[in-house]
Amino acid sequence: MSDHDYRPKSKVGQWFNDRLPLLTLANHLTDYPTPKNLNYWWTFGGILTFCLITQIVTGLTLAMHYIAHADMAFESVEHIMRDVNYGWLIRYIHANGASMFFLAVYIHIFRSLFYGSYKSPREIIWILGIIIYLLMMAAAFMGYVLPWGQMSFWGATVITNLFSAIPLVGEGIVTWLWGGYSVDNPTLTRFFTLHYLIPFLILGLVVLHIWALHVPGNNNPVGIDIKKPSKDTVPFHPYIVIKDGFALLMFMIVFAFFVFYAPNILGHADNYIEANPMVTPAHIVPEWYLLPFYAILRSVPDKLLGVVAMLSAILILAVLPWLDTSKIRSAVFRPLYKQFYWILVADVLILGYVGAMPAEGLYLLIARVATAYYFLHFLVILPVLGFKEKTLPVPLSITEPVLGGSPNLAAARNKESTIE
Amino acid sequence: MSEKKTKRRDFLFTATTAVGAVGAAAVVWPMIDQMNPDASVKALASTEVDVSALTPGNTLTVLWRGKPVFIRRRTQEEIDEARAVKMEDLIHPEKDEDRAKNPEWLVMLGVCTHLGCVPLNDKGDYNGWFCPCHGSHYDTSGRIRKGPAPWNMEVPKYEFVNANTIKIG
Amino acid sequence: MKSLFKLFSIIIIIIASNSYSFAAEKAEYLKTDWSFKGLFGKFDRASLQRGYQVYTEVCASCHSMKYLSYRNLAEPGGPEFSEVQAKAIAASFEVTDGPNSDGEMFTRPGKLSDKFVMPYNNVKAAQAANGGAYPPDMSVLVKARGGGVDYIYSLLQGYEEAPSNVSLDDGVYYNKYMYGNKIRMAAPLSEGLVEYGDGTNATVEQMSKDVTTFLMWSAEPHLEARHQMGFKAIVYLIILTILVYFSMKKIWSRVESEV
Repeated sequence: MSDHDYRPKSKVGQWFNDRLPLLTLANHLTDYPTPKNLNYWWTFGGILTFCLITQIVTGLTLAMHYIAHADMAFESVEHIMRDVNYGWLIRYIHANGASMFFLAVYIHIFRSLFYGSYKSPREIIWILGIIIYLLMMAAAFMGYVLPWGQMSFWGATVITNLFSAIPLVGEGIVTWLWGGYSVDNPTLTRFFTLHYLIPFLILGLVVLHIWALHVPGNNNPVGIDIKKPSKDTVPFHPYIVIKDGFALLMFMIVFAFFVFYAPNILGHADNYIEANPMVTPAHIVPEWYLLPFYAILRSVPDKLLGVVAMLSAILILAVLPWLDTSKIRSAVFRPLYKQFYWILVADVLILGYVGAMPAEGLYLLIARVATAYYFLHFLVILPVLGFKEKTLPVPLSITEPVLGGSPNLAAARNKESTIE
Repeated sequence: MSEKKTKRRDFLFTATTAVGAVGAAAVVWPMIDQMNPDASVKALASTEVDVSALTPGNTLTVLWRGKPVFIRRRTQEEIDEARAVKMEDLIHPEKDEDRAKNPEWLVMLGVCTHLGCVPLNDKGDYNGWFCPCHGSHYDTSGRIRKGPAPWNMEVPKYEFVNANTIKIG
Repeated sequence: MKSLFKLFSIIIIIIASNSYSFAAEKAEYLKTDWSFKGLFGKFDRASLQRGYQVYTEVCASCHSMKYLSYRNLAEPGGPEFSEVQAKAIAASFEVTDGPNSDGEMFTRPGKLSDKFVMPYNNVKAAQAANGGAYPPDMSVLVKARGGGVDYIYSLLQGYEEAPSNVSLDDGVYYNKYMYGNKIRMAAPLSEGLVEYGDGTNATVEQMSKDVTTFLMWSAEPHLEARHQMGFKAIVYLIILTILVYFSMKKIWSRVESEV
């Protein structure tokens, strides 16, 4: 890397940098050569960083007013909403921020799936991302418990009971998680502690995620390796910074719409009823971002196997770099994979939809078919496709498709140089 | 690139940065203001105290806004002592007549103006209060006479609602 | 730019399909024009004040509103009673305070800082007085029901003779908007039940609308501030987005690539 050549201009800067090379780091980040053909799907990394920081800042301020006690949690949330200066604003940003965070992370993950960003040499980046995603789900779940409404309580009860599916030790683990014989005050206080901790773990993993990214550099829509720096790259600042900023602002407009005009639409009405261990709400569903996995859980008629299926659905992603046998990264040059990709997107959306519906009749049947297809995609289609698929010719440089308009056209003109 | 073009671009970048900075500043304010006293705290601004049982020479301590308030029903001796002090002997000159409108009643925040400890009653070199933290002596009017405290103990806004009730705040 | 457009259309489709599925769950509720809906929605002050009257004279005998204080009645964005009026309202309630210096609890007239007086001391007492059914606290009731204001508004007007195939136990009533149609609350409103100070005709429909407006405010006391700030925030974001867009075009014009 050329970073090592960097010398600060001022004497003081040199003195400081020789002892702690922060300026070298800053220089590396600003000059970092980035493929110039990155499209807007690539802006979600920056958007996710914004989401994480927003959640941490609003979360810290909420924690200054929130009381983690079964008797006072619900009241303290109402206190925040009514009396604390701008409390309603901060809480609505935090609550909707969780949804926006997941919206962005799903786009980020599906971008990676489309352009093959998880493939060699970027497997570690991908696995770190899956760990971050798992931690996000844990943080979101525990955060949802904190207002101590009906959905908080029953969500906590149902999710913690998943562990009771483990043979022999399951019941013991659940009791240990609860700190009692049901979800109660000890459960709430430990969930608050962990909810506070996890974002900082995520922050640390994000640093590793970016570090790992900066070793091979960004993938790009064409999916080929590029020399850096070269005429195919632009420095991160100002080119990518301003582009990420533009996309972030568009994202913030959607975010602001939810916060100011539909702050409760993504939540559930029952969570404005204080937790009551004697009455379960008629229709209990998790937050939208967990629905596909909830559908997989419910589609398996056996308790243990249902939990196993749900966990596998996430963990299977961790081994994806080895399940996908194709050497070509970008779906742009994989006509068959591209179709299966969109079928997978539809499959996950269907799973999300049936996850919100009652688990009976036709919905259950659809959920089972969609669950089966989900695993089929990763375990059968992807490995086979790598060997069978006839891919389109891949250009040698990204400059070519960029100059020639759409990558497909450029590729078509370049039929001879097929990469096998 | 012509000079004119450069100027316009510079203006665009300056405007974008400036507008962005204004927005960032606007976002910071709610995060700061949320730490200020909230609406429910502000609403508890006043408290009423029944002083009918208080006899001369005794002090009642009540809580107001989370701080102790001393309500002292002074003896004639104490009043005379407080009123006899010359202004030039005081660190923070204030007339007793101004501190206790009704000479029999002294109402003040029981908080040492040095670093916020609660002074002890009927102690110290001036027959008033003595702060055990760093040795500030107050007289029978609650004025600082000796020690590190810079000011007299503060007299809050209060009024007699009737002969037996004081409303503080 | 093309992929960005694609992205946003996908987001909009997701949101639209979401709200569609929400809409599909709802029964056909009665509709009315709520002044607090929309980009600039504000509460109708007169309706809020009338709604408060309906609440205190009718609902408050069974339903608590434990998160509200009398001071809220005078705060901006609410019914906006004058400070004097709000003090008088507060003073008309007996509030239990204490313990005093003898260790006894005592009652005194309410102050602005007091919470709304509760009709029952606890849930058990409320259940005992209402045949086992707990009249829910109404502070956030609108947000705690799937149909929101339309549901409450309809429910109050939804009492009917039970169809012949439905049998009702004692103390259970038929309401066509209630989940399962059976409700433990008797029809709370009847023509002319309250006498409005401003001369408005107290029809059941009018009272339902007023009290529902009041409940919307009690659940979302900062709704007006939220709408106002939201409009400013979004206008600001659009302006900044446009500025950043042109800055981006300028910067990227230095390299041969499209943004």
